[in-house]
Amino acid sequence: MSPGNDETGAPAPPRIVREQVGTRRLEWAAISGVMSREVANFRTFWKSSAFSSTVEPLIYLLALGLGLRATVVDDADGLDYVHFVGTGMVATAVIFSSAAPAMFGTYVKHRFQNTYQAILAAPVDVEELVSAEILWIAMRAGFFGCFPLLVTIGFGLDPAAGMLLVPLFCFVTALGFAGFGAAVGASVPKIDQFNYVTSLVITPLFLVAGTFFPIDGLPQWAQIAAEFNPLHQLVELVRHSAFGFESTDPLRFAALLGLAIAMWRLAVSRMTRCLID
Amino acid sequence: MSHAAIELSGVVKRFGAITAVNGLDLEVPAGVCLGLLGPNGAGKSTTMRLLTAQAIADSGTIRVLGRELPRHAKPARAAMGVVPQLDNLDTEVSVADNLRIFARLYRISDVADAVERGLALARLSDRRDDTVDSLSGGMRRRLLLARGLMHDPELILLDEPTVGLDPQIRAEVWSLIDGLRSRGATILMSTHYIEEAERLADEVALMNLGRIVARGTPAALIAAHAGRETAEVYGPPARLAEVRAVAEAGGLMVRSAGPAVAIVGAETAQNGEIPADAVIRPASLEDVFVALTGERLE
Ligand SMILES: Nc1ncnc2c1ncn2[C@@H]1O[C@H](COP(=O)(O)OP(=O)(O)OP(=O)(O)O)[C@@H](O)[C@H]1O
Ligand SMILES: [Mg+2]
Repeated sequence: MSPGNDETGAPAPPRIVREQVGTRRLEWAAISGVMSREVANFRTFWKSSAFSSTVEPLIYLLALGLGLRATVVDDADGLDYVHFVGTGMVATAVIFSSAAPAMFGTYVKHRFQNTYQAILAAPVDVEELVSAEILWIAMRAGFFGCFPLLVTIGFGLDPAAGMLLVPLFCFVTALGFAGFGAAVGASVPKIDQFNYVTSLVITPLFLVAGTFFPIDGLPQWAQIAAEFNPLHQLVELVRHSAFGFESTDPLRFAALLGLAIAMWRLAVSRMTRCLID
Repeated sequence: MSHAAIELSGVVKRFGAITAVNGLDLEVPAGVCLGLLGPNGAGKSTTMRLLTAQAIADSGTIRVLGRELPRHAKPARAAMGVVPQLDNLDTEVSVADNLRIFARLYRISDVADAVERGLALARLSDRRDDTVDSLSGGMRRRLLLARGLMHDPELILLDEPTVGLDPQIRAEVWSLIDGLRSRGATILMSTHYIEEAERLADEVALMNLGRIVARGTPAALIAAHAGRETAEVYGPPARLAEVRAVAEAGGLMVRSAGPAVAIVGAETAQNGEIPADAVIRPASLEDVFVALTGERLE
């Protein structure tokens, strides 16, 4: 028996082996470590997420699609109204699974649970932390964003090869909204102020995205405004993936990518201000 | 190692009008357990947060494990174990996941093995799948310690490690800290429990208003600032006022200590300043602190 351990009687434990940590930015080990926290947490509620992601578009399609089609509209932009709404609902799924979770998650994790403060005592910096959070939310939104499309296929929409790009479109759009949500979550002093963001930003974006009615029926000024709605760009990309891409689509995708990068940087700077004194 | 584990020099940290750390100079050599003793608001937690670069100093320089902060904070934190004053365990995941996540963040090669060791250290192996919310206060504290220690850090920051714990759990935590010490880790431990500092720390630094007012072994500090003996006199307020007046007239340091007055350096009294019914006890760090700052610790 080794001396100096008479209290426990156990031999001294072998030293723990650790990888070297450098000063490099955005180290994957740190990002994946933070994401592993989200994965562990997600394991506790993935069933309800999957359930609502399937059932919600189903309800919308039945109520709006079938109800409106029977009474008011047959087709929108020359498409079956159910297929029109179904493809548009991909964008709805994306915004509600990215902006809101990022907003609330960020707020709760730094205000109430001090989760971020704990993580930042480990070899992780704010940029890695924020990037991990946004990436995870975007991956999740990219996945669940496809659910309405699958449900619509169940309603007779023909599968198309272009649809394979939909997870990517959803992912990139969700990156932007997750960054936006994280920036908001890091900035507001009180949680009830999320109501302003929801009412003034999220709801209008969601309603005037071209999900439920074609944008080209709106007045000129509203049409121009809609072009600045990232959600509208996503709706267009998803519809075109099903019914044929257009020449302007790369531009739309580039805009969403630009937004994602801008919001990511905004989130990093807002979170740095709120987490580092 | 050529450098001390912690080197702070001229560090200032303000929060608006409050200067939490005010020209702090502090060096902790490798392998030493330094107790940072000070009253509420002295700047102990802020100092800890500066050492992890979760707070950025307004001026001064900070080196931790030979690395300059905040620039090289990440590699410095990799070799540092932090146990915060406020419990920030993850209540959304299980006990084992709390450890697993940090094993990954600390880049431990064998994550599963580290989790088992962490659970054993926290003595929570049978509660691994429970949520943190279902643990008792003492269990949570042990888990918090295990989480901060699982990567075998060279430098350990303990911010009031036993605050709010019952005596039995406090004793457990103390023996755990003792174990770390004997393995050669450098420890900076803040506390306002005198007993904790006296029992665990090789050296004590007394902190007040954001700077160190004295530093040394408990025995040396007491000898230098509080003499050998302190006399405590109990009685009604009028009597205590009278005793105080006489002692102060004789040039002695007097402070109130709950229901009593304490006369510091009682062995130097020459003109009968110490009443016959006084209780004589050895001088303590508390006496030192009051003598130096006029403030109480607890
Ligand atoms: N994030 C912050 N924002 C504003 N003021 C702060 C912040 N952190 C600390 N302070 C202030 O700085 C001073 C020192 O606080 P600190 O937490 O470092 O003290 P402490 O010695 O740890 O006290 P305690 O023993 O109560 O834990 C206090 O006046 C505190 O109110
Ligand atoms: Mg404190």
